[in-house]
Amino acid sequence: MTDTTDLGPLIPRQRQIHPVPYDPDYKTSVPRSPKWPLLSMESTPSEETGPRFGHSLIGPLDNNLILNFSKDGSPAIGERILMHGRVLDENARPVPHTLVEIWQANAGGRYRHVKDNYLAPLDPNFGGCGRTLTDADGYYQFLTIRPGAYPWPNRANDWRPMHIHISVFGYSFGQRLITQMYFEGDPLINRCPIAATIKDRGQLDRLVAPLDMSRSRPLDYLAYKFDIVLRGRRQTMFENKLEGM
Amino acid sequence: MVQALDSLTETPSQTAGPYVHIGCIPSFAGIPGVYPEDLGLSSIAQGAKGQIITITGAVIDGTGWALRDAMIESWQPDAAGRFAGEAEADPAVSGFCRFAADKDSGLFTLTTVKPGAVPHRSGGLQAPHISLWIVARGINIGLSTRIYFEDEDNSGDPLLSRIEQRPRVETLIAKQTGEGQYRFDIRLQGENETVFLDL
Repeated sequence: MTDTTDLGPLIPRQRQIHPVPYDPDYKTSVPRSPKWPLLSMESTPSEETGPRFGHSLIGPLDNNLILNFSKDGSPAIGERILMHGRVLDENARPVPHTLVEIWQANAGGRYRHVKDNYLAPLDPNFGGCGRTLTDADGYYQFLTIRPGAYPWPNRANDWRPMHIHISVFGYSFGQRLITQMYFEGDPLINRCPIAATIKDRGQLDRLVAPLDMSRSRPLDYLAYKFDIVLRGRRQTMFENKLEGM
Repeated sequence: MVQALDSLTETPSQTAGPYVHIGCIPSFAGIPGVYPEDLGLSSIAQGAKGQIITITGAVIDGTGWALRDAMIESWQPDAAGRFAGEAEADPAVSGFCRFAADKDSGLFTLTTVKPGAVPHRSGGLQAPHISLWIVARGINIGLSTRIYFEDEDNSGDPLLSRIEQRPRVETLIAKQTGEGQYRFDIRLQGENETVFLDL
């Protein structure tokens, strides 16, 4: 962890910008949300260190969901999109060489999962997962298809807006984050009880990716931009370093 | 008006949903071939120094039902208390594992090396522990907790000593069920709710 030894503890998480754990409109959260307060404490080496993944992990098609499950080279069916953005920390510094994983439904709104029996068909050439490492400046990109909206069992007629799930590691286990990217202009965002677990509308808007024509490739794909901010660490110029770290 | 701060605000979390396995452990989810193998299959490789232990448990909701769809990540140091990447860390200990509840029983199993004690910023040592991060449908932001061990000296641990209601300390301590075998249940809500962490 030689590149983080000049840093202090993780900046405490602002819980109010995150979704509420308990939300009756998202029914599954009701029995799965802790009732008692979290135990808050300054972070320790257990949270300030974390797994690192090297370029040897990543295959050439890992960030190309249009082709990475193709059986015969045929592309996945759907609206071709580039999803791109940057991973930063709260100190506005890029997070380089960190693992970003995504997963999503196919263009019809169906996941390749044994528990998903939605009417929309599976696409034989679409698996629905991808991964990449951010570059030296924190940038990442995926080529994929736009996922479809789909109904889900919650209230009598709830639909998920089009979304892509994203998992990011950062440089420490305490930064671990999973979130979802929504698409600009999707009217289902305002009707979704999962999106609505975020009570601060400004924070929810940060999960909505704008159409980015500057990165769209003519006659090939549209682009959507999605930046991600992870927790940062406090600067420690006036603090003693931890013994042995 | 005052000057603007240069700091950014963290991106808000959203639930990992019911299909988190597709993205994180696709081979387990029945999507083989995209990656050579799932990430974090084991926190140790052959030859890891120290005692190899197995921890079994379940993630249990407020009704007493064991979740079938939870995914857990663990992070820990080697037997000497060194994290991967630190000087002299055991090269056979990655320290990171991803594991899921069994689709039928809801039980999870973590086989790893028993971690050593690690320092605390104030100078003392933390009792040996494994950090956990739990995600699932209905969990809107990943839950953090720790596994401590009943056969270790936990008396001076700074985190455990912060828990005011002493019976709740037991929710963080794995119970020995045999040689190298432990039981650790995670109760999301209700009686004996696990202590979850904000570190």
